[in-house]
Amino acid sequence: MTEPLLRVRDLKTYFVTEQGRGTARAVDGVSFELYPGETLGIVGESGCGKTVTSLSILRLIPEPPGHIRPGSVIEFAGRNLLTLAPSELRAIRGNQIAMVFQEPMTSLNPVFTVGDQIAEAAIIHQRLSRKAARARAIEMLTLVGIPDPAERVDHYPHQLSGGMRQRVMIAMALVCHPKVLIADEPTTALDVTIQAQILELLDRLQSELGMAVLLITHDLGVVAGQADRVVVMYAGQVVETARTTDLFDGPLHPYTEGLMAAVPRIDAPKSRLQAIPGQVPAATAWPSGCRFHPRCPHAWTKCTIEEPPLLGLGDGDHTARCWLVQEPGRRKPKT
Amino acid sequence: MTAPLLDIQNLVKHYPGRPPVRAVDGVSLTIAPGQTLGLVGESGSGKSTVGRTILRLQEPTAGRVLFEGEDVFALGTAPLRALRRRMQIVFQDPYSSLNPRMTVGRTLREPLEIHGLAPPAQMEARVTALLDEVGLDPAFAGRYPHELSGGQRQRVGIARALSVEPRFIVCDEPVSALDVSVQAQVLNLLADLQQKRSLTYLFIAHDLAVVRHIADQVAVMYLGRIVERAPASAIYAGPRHPYTRALLSAVPEPNPRATRARIVLSGDIPSPAHPPAGCPFHPRCPHPKKNDRCRTETPALRTTSDSPAHLAACHFAEEPM
Repeated sequence: MTEPLLRVRDLKTYFVTEQGRGTARAVDGVSFELYPGETLGIVGESGCGKTVTSLSILRLIPEPPGHIRPGSVIEFAGRNLLTLAPSELRAIRGNQIAMVFQEPMTSLNPVFTVGDQIAEAAIIHQRLSRKAARARAIEMLTLVGIPDPAERVDHYPHQLSGGMRQRVMIAMALVCHPKVLIADEPTTALDVTIQAQILELLDRLQSELGMAVLLITHDLGVVAGQADRVVVMYAGQVVETARTTDLFDGPLHPYTEGLMAAVPRIDAPKSRLQAIPGQVPAATAWPSGCRFHPRCPHAWTKCTIEEPPLLGLGDGDHTARCWLVQEPGRRKPKT
Repeated sequence: MTAPLLDIQNLVKHYPGRPPVRAVDGVSLTIAPGQTLGLVGESGSGKSTVGRTILRLQEPTAGRVLFEGEDVFALGTAPLRALRRRMQIVFQDPYSSLNPRMTVGRTLREPLEIHGLAPPAQMEARVTALLDEVGLDPAFAGRYPHELSGGQRQRVGIARALSVEPRFIVCDEPVSALDVSVQAQVLNLLADLQQKRSLTYLFIAHDLAVVRHIADQVAVMYLGRIVERAPASAIYAGPRHPYTRALLSAVPEPNPRATRARIVLSGDIPSPAHPPAGCPFHPRCPHPKKNDRCRTETPALRTTSDSPAHLAACHFAEEPM
């Protein structure tokens, strides 16, 4: 089997909250692997820790108030990114691992042209001359499908539409041909017809450039269409991992199941949705035992006391942090 | 057929500028009592402007709105205030539409006091009843918005709208800021309240899947105009306008084995200050029959061959794509 490109092991990223109200355990022991060329989707709702996970990989967590706990490992090309010197990390960040953020409005610098912003990484990491970097920027704008790239290269972000800005962000991220692209909600701020354009672009670029993509999203529809494998997060933990088809064919964790039932579907008639009762607990006070137990329709005493590990089914490709994997007889029939 | 509760006739809202921004450019819609009309469109389509203009939160440029037969745009201050008891709005962003300095209880008491709907002695009971109706504990009356989650805030926004016992509510993207699991709770709540209080909704949203679960009728807007209007089941089963077809095909389906072909539109939505001549959709339209007529002649919203209730503004609505 191929070696993973990126291996996250027992990642814990905590935040000290204001007024000393305790520690928010935003990411609390997350492990997963990303293999060359694949798309791994990380899916979850607000506060599940998916964005903090992606920011931790590139050490973009503001410290303080945040800190990555000792013992956490983020291994890339055989090295732990968490123990690298800042200069060594800089050689990787934006070069071999690049990131696209949700909000192209705020992640582009309004006072530089898009050409300058795309060229910057090529000048720093690949020591291109200004002239060569500009030519590369035009090449990248062409690659991401921006019309009139030779003109657009001199435009400022405010002169572009939301969809164009997201294309520029992608061009910036890909200018050094990274091995890993982390895309954090890359289409969430976009209209649905523009989202379709960007998803198609990401598909095409991935097959042309052969990179691995870590796709962070709240949208099960986006995951279903883009990801090869999925990691579901809840309350700072991984609660389920599976190949995408296996996950949608038969979710194991009641949270995953609840999420799927709650998604409005375009092919269903006018009808009630199945909501998950209650709300996500606070990161300063995760519930005891299984963190989902207060909202779970199947929970029994054990779930309130003992935290389940990730339990595997079959060949171990499909795991869920749920005691039901061991005791399927306790699953209550659907009402 | 029953008379419509709301009858929007050729509504126009232009914002001044050179050239003016044609946010809403001749919209006609009716909503029958007890029904939900889903008004769908992307950013800049004018859907929110329609919602705000019919409540006169913004003044129209032209057109007429009849609410229970009453001409909304002709009303003076006092009758308009009385009307606002019957027409309410729930906003998208529960974070910014609640006053951060007011407790939930005060937020709910205010409309009751303004409209003189409850004597002081009954005020607390009314607030408790409203909270209960939207699924919140009475203890929430003493809390401030920042102490609530997004879903709880939206429930307060709904309770505030209900406090004056309206017949009609504009729901302007009421669930788009919420997580999926909470979104489902709020959509179900809106459906329950509609049943219980015989409410009529104008449900404005960009998410066609959300609208599928709540709407009886659907109207699709593009650049200030309605491009398609039909009973919900008809529009989802057989969209006629090329824009609606593309919009429906672009919704990501939570099914990795989905085989539906995605129609990817090229280009961006044009600015409503510079709408294209002819059919406003023609520069992005992927219809194989597109021709010079589309570039010069604006198609009227007309009955299609499907049924008299299925309208589309496309010269080639009947042609396959």
